[in-house]
Amino acid sequence: MELSDYKGIWAYAEQHDGKLQGVAIELLGEGRKLADELGVELCSVLLGSNVESLADELIAHGADKVYVADDPKLDKYTSDAYARVITDAVNEYKPEIVLMGATHDGRDLAPTVAAMLETGLTADCTKLAINDDKNLVQTRPAFGGNLMAEILCAKHRPQMATVRPGVMDKAKLDAGHKGEVIKLAVNVTEDEMRIKVLDQVREVAGKVALTDASVIVSGGLGMGGADGFKMLQELADEFSNSTIGCSRAAVDAGWLDHSYQVGQTGVTVKPDIYFACGISGMIQHVAGMKGSKLIVAINKNPEADIFDIADYGIVGDVYKVVPALIAEIKAAKAAAAE
Amino acid sequence: MKIVVTAKRVPDTTEVKTDPVTGTLIRKGVPHIINPDDVHACEAALQIKEQFPGTEVNIMTMGQADAGIKQHELLGMGADHAYLLNDRFFGGADTLVCSRTLAAGIKKLGDVDLVLCGHQAIDGDTAQVGPEIARRLGIPSVSCICGLQISDDGKTATVTRMLDDGTETLEVPLPALFTVSKEINEPRYMTIYNLVDSFSDPAKEVTIWNHEDIGLDQSVLGLKASPTQVVKTFTPAPKGAGEMIEGTPEEAAAALTAKLVEKHLIK
Ligand SMILES: Cc1cc2nc3c(=O)[nH]c(=O)nc-3n(C[C@H](O)[C@H](O)[C@H](O)COP(=O)(O)OP(=O)(O)OC[C@H]3O[C@@H](n4cnc5c(N)ncnc54)[C@H](O)[C@@H]3O)c2cc1C
Ligand SMILES: Nc1ncnc2c1ncn2[C@@H]1O[C@H](COP(=O)(O)O)[C@@H](O)[C@H]1O
Repeated sequence: MELSDYKGIWAYAEQHDGKLQGVAIELLGEGRKLADELGVELCSVLLGSNVESLADELIAHGADKVYVADDPKLDKYTSDAYARVITDAVNEYKPEIVLMGATHDGRDLAPTVAAMLETGLTADCTKLAINDDKNLVQTRPAFGGNLMAEILCAKHRPQMATVRPGVMDKAKLDAGHKGEVIKLAVNVTEDEMRIKVLDQVREVAGKVALTDASVIVSGGLGMGGADGFKMLQELADEFSNSTIGCSRAAVDAGWLDHSYQVGQTGVTVKPDIYFACGISGMIQHVAGMKGSKLIVAINKNPEADIFDIADYGIVGDVYKVVPALIAEIKAAKAAAAE
Repeated sequence: MKIVVTAKRVPDTTEVKTDPVTGTLIRKGVPHIINPDDVHACEAALQIKEQFPGTEVNIMTMGQADAGIKQHELLGMGADHAYLLNDRFFGGADTLVCSRTLAAGIKKLGDVDLVLCGHQAIDGDTAQVGPEIARRLGIPSVSCICGLQISDDGKTATVTRMLDDGTETLEVPLPALFTVSKEINEPRYMTIYNLVDSFSDPAKEVTIWNHEDIGLDQSVLGLKASPTQVVKTFTPAPKGAGEMIEGTPEEAAAALTAKLVEKHLIK
């Protein structure tokens, strides 16, 4: 393998039903920094059916080139078809770095592509950088977030990494940015399409996704029951672009479904404010929310670990503190409106 | 039907603590367990065995010599055979090389209809090994499934896969590989009968294979052959302690609100 044949950074532009996912823009934000440091092009890779119009959005977010595979066979994601198209494209255009979102699709697609290309892949990176040898330094948590590891893929190309949604900053919109659209061949035969998508159920629109929310009001086992989350929703409603979230213990108790879970095996979030109500602060939970800009913890146990990472801590019963907080916020807003 | 369940022995990462003084990981005394998702994969295999009597459930592990002891927990649940890929040349493998090794072991078993892996291992959390094995075996794969149904003729699987914001149902011809999430089932307990049986029945003895047994040259194995290399590890820096807000719930709520207003977070 001639390493110097491989140039440029590819950021996979995940879309569902023609809608770009937030992580696609986050990868362009991060990819731009790396591309500038290496002095190479930043490219988006877009697969789907009737998706070509999304290329403009990617260019406006910094893509110098957009490789597009637009084909009815790519209407819904399947590892068979998507991995084949991307592997063919990598072999033809030889990027040095390929980034994908650590979403459900991305974490399925990336290892499939890596195995087909026989190259290294680092999962769930929280930080990417370029070292003196111009290799990609990939930082990721291990051992349930207890340890951070720096990983190199120095002798193989492309260097592949997945990045958790919500971890990197989104690329800025620049409507004046110019880019080129390049069509990719779709050489997938019907025989190769072994996986058939029968049905897809996606959550109703209108709900604010955890990864996009500015304010998250999260509850744990200390909420004592599903009803407590109605109170948390009321607190969340005092802020715009907000949602409720929870710990795994609350999911295990059956109070909310898994899509609300924050943490190592849930979603990684970094809102402007994260309220942790009745959450003890176990490392697996903290792994998913410690990047929040401001953390408020409410817990009746003064020794709870969550207070170690909170910016503001209140020792008390959530059922006393949260209603008082809702009342105070309402009063403050009313005062400001006068 | 012939099923392989890949099962990894991992340190119980919930028991790992960092030394508050040196900031290093305390690994000593951390118990080892079978990776939780892999236990769910084993349960899924055993349920298929109930549907298709005569099904053979094989456990495949790559790991240290003493990982075989842990495999008995899965034999105790009802798995039929256990294979341990153990060789000094296997050490330090990254996911790409790990999948190469496990795929070679699975190929040696031959005529496998279904491979079930855990979605991810709690020590690495990469979720990569399963899909990588599938490509090496040339079979389709679906990851993070929470439902699995095999057609009566044993030829097709209908699986439910978890998405970021929902689920999807897929139809996949066998042989195939699926990685299994915890949502799929509640694993049964091992029975004393099965456990005792697994230690006394010669058919349930753990079969140990080295690199020659699975036909792989040393040069493609272990740390040296791995494209990714860990160059540095460190413990994340603890965040500075924040401020505790004292007082009655009403006083604390008022003080917190004042701070949020000050930071322009309440508009
Ligand atoms: C491999 C693995 C992955 C995991 N991944 C995740 C993950 O992604 N996300 C996650 O959250 N967890 C995860 N966990 C579980 C994690 O270890 C904890 O068990 C979980 O986070 C605990 O949730 P909790 O804080 O709600 O519950 P608990 O630890 O039981 O804490 C409840 C808290 O509520 C407080 N409390 C009780 N009543 C009140 C009251 N009336 N008012 C105020 N406070 C009250 C208590 O003092 C206590 O601190 C994982 C575990 C493993 C092994
Ligand atoms: N050394 C191993 N032995 C057996 N199975 C493994 C091994 N490593 C990974 N696996 C399987 O691959 C899954 C995903 O692992 P990982 O990619 O490390 O998160 C695990 O749940 C196991 O089923």
